[in-house]
Amino acid sequence: MDQENLDNPTSADKDPTITSEIEIADETSLEDLDTEPMYINIGPTHPATHGTFRVFCRLDGEKIDRAAVEIGYLHRGFEKMVESKNYAQVIPYTDRLNYCSALSNNVGYTKAMERMLGVTITPRTEIIRVIICEVQRIMDHLICVCANLVDVGALTNFWYFFNAREKLNDVLEALTGARLTYSYVRIGGLAWDLPEGFEENVRAALSLVPKAIKDVTGLVKKNRIFIDRTRDVGVMTPEDAVSFGFTGPCLRASGVNHDLRKKHPYYHYDEFDFDVPLGENGDCYDRIFVRIEEMHQSLRIIEQALKILPGGPINIDDKNIVLPEKDNVHSSMEALINHFKLIIEGIQPPPGEIYDATETPNGELGFYIISDGSGHPYRIKVRPPCFYLMNGLKHLIEGHMVADIVAILAGLNIIAGELDR
Amino acid sequence: MEKLNNIIDKIKEKHVDAIEDTADSFGDVVLTIARKNIHDVLVDLKDAGFDLLLDIAGVDALNLGRKERFEVVYNLYSLSQDLRLRLRVNVPEDDMNLPSATDLWESANWAEREAYDMFGFNFEGHPNLARILCHREFVGHALRKDYPVMKGQWATGTADLRPDLENE
Repeated sequence: MDQENLDNPTSADKDPTITSEIEIADETSLEDLDTEPMYINIGPTHPATHGTFRVFCRLDGEKIDRAAVEIGYLHRGFEKMVESKNYAQVIPYTDRLNYCSALSNNVGYTKAMERMLGVTITPRTEIIRVIICEVQRIMDHLICVCANLVDVGALTNFWYFFNAREKLNDVLEALTGARLTYSYVRIGGLAWDLPEGFEENVRAALSLVPKAIKDVTGLVKKNRIFIDRTRDVGVMTPEDAVSFGFTGPCLRASGVNHDLRKKHPYYHYDEFDFDVPLGENGDCYDRIFVRIEEMHQSLRIIEQALKILPGGPINIDDKNIVLPEKDNVHSSMEALINHFKLIIEGIQPPPGEIYDATETPNGELGFYIISDGSGHPYRIKVRPPCFYLMNGLKHLIEGHMVADIVAILAGLNIIAGELDR
Repeated sequence: MEKLNNIIDKIKEKHVDAIEDTADSFGDVVLTIARKNIHDVLVDLKDAGFDLLLDIAGVDALNLGRKERFEVVYNLYSLSQDLRLRLRVNVPEDDMNLPSATDLWESANWAEREAYDMFGFNFEGHPNLARILCHREFVGHALRKDYPVMKGQWATGTADLRPDLENE
């Protein structure tokens, strides 16, 4: 029997002995049904929350009537801690903000510091930073999309994406020596130059990404279950998205064309040929496919960047910002003194305050840095993209089913590290 | 830049004495707004195209030798004109009230809660000015300069942990 007949059984399908009783029972039970709201907690520790936070819901049946989102379970006091460090020591802490794309955070912080110090980094470093940022964008989107698919029940895709991500992780491990918290970028340059064979390795690893995307989109794009779980679920209108302070893929999924790489190009992003994918409905489906399309665009950027990667030094020539070569420290008195002063006193930017933002995989990551002229930051305020995405969660889930929470949550790509700082 | 100057000139015309200072901070325009005018200025800036409230940052200027101890910094962005603008409001230590911007932007909700949690600003008109990153039993405000960096506080209470759903 097809779906239509199931819903409207004809008299020929009915068993006259039992159907009348069922109909009577249904009518009375709906009128006399004794209902009361049910309160449930999702989190603080729950496998589908991808981090520790709590969603407290009042349910009407299986529908979320009211919700309260509670965060702060991973609050480490980043902004308080860094006030007692010097500027170079902040870089490892930035790794722990968005730990899915740590290098993007490194670049965001160092770019703000370099603007404050008034220095221009070398052409080679600029292009290397573009490459590592775009590799991290692909890795962040891979993990976000595959986790989102797992949450709506499409488990296989997780391994398709993680195969590709694993190879990219190997490339970054060869480059930085770490697999999660890279700390590779330095104020005024990079920790060291690219290792031998980096270009071939990154090309080989990236060649797996289009295949993985093809496999996954082939499985989900026209999949009835997937479409039912994500289409028109968690719709954010463009006006609401702007009002909630959404940035990045979540804002673009609502159809707002805003990308800092196009609007305020840094590191010669205006010279690269790439498109900004936009969604139409602002629902979960669009958020997933905007991310998937952004991966294609990042691949294009990396390919162009590898072609024009110039030679030359990676660090600027400024003894007040960059540590001298280790060989010189052991053989030259001047280099030893410079090294000593920079370690003890730290980099000393001029007094003042700066707000600088970069387009990270999740959206606009801003650093508001106040300097009092000493070697320690007076205040660093991070503008994490997640914080404002999470602010919109309550608006997105109210009125939806309980099962939609996980689909919406994963589509926003909440990273508790930068949410709670 | 010209567009931004036009907007600032209009604000100056409409709200005389509202802009206490205009500064250039590493290429960014920073306006210091009088506390009593901040909400009106925010309304007009939103009408002038600054549709994205990116961030609200609290600052404890205890050791910076400024006129007042605290500052609230609003980071605005105009999506249609691609302009950035920063507003600063000086807040004295003994009277930390200022109007809430939650009626203008939804993003102000959590941003103001964080500024309250970390510094103790009282945003008047905020629907639920509760702590957001620190726990309910936390005493004091962690990002104030006189709060010791090593001073931790345990959350031990088993009091009602049910959030207030009506005012959330």
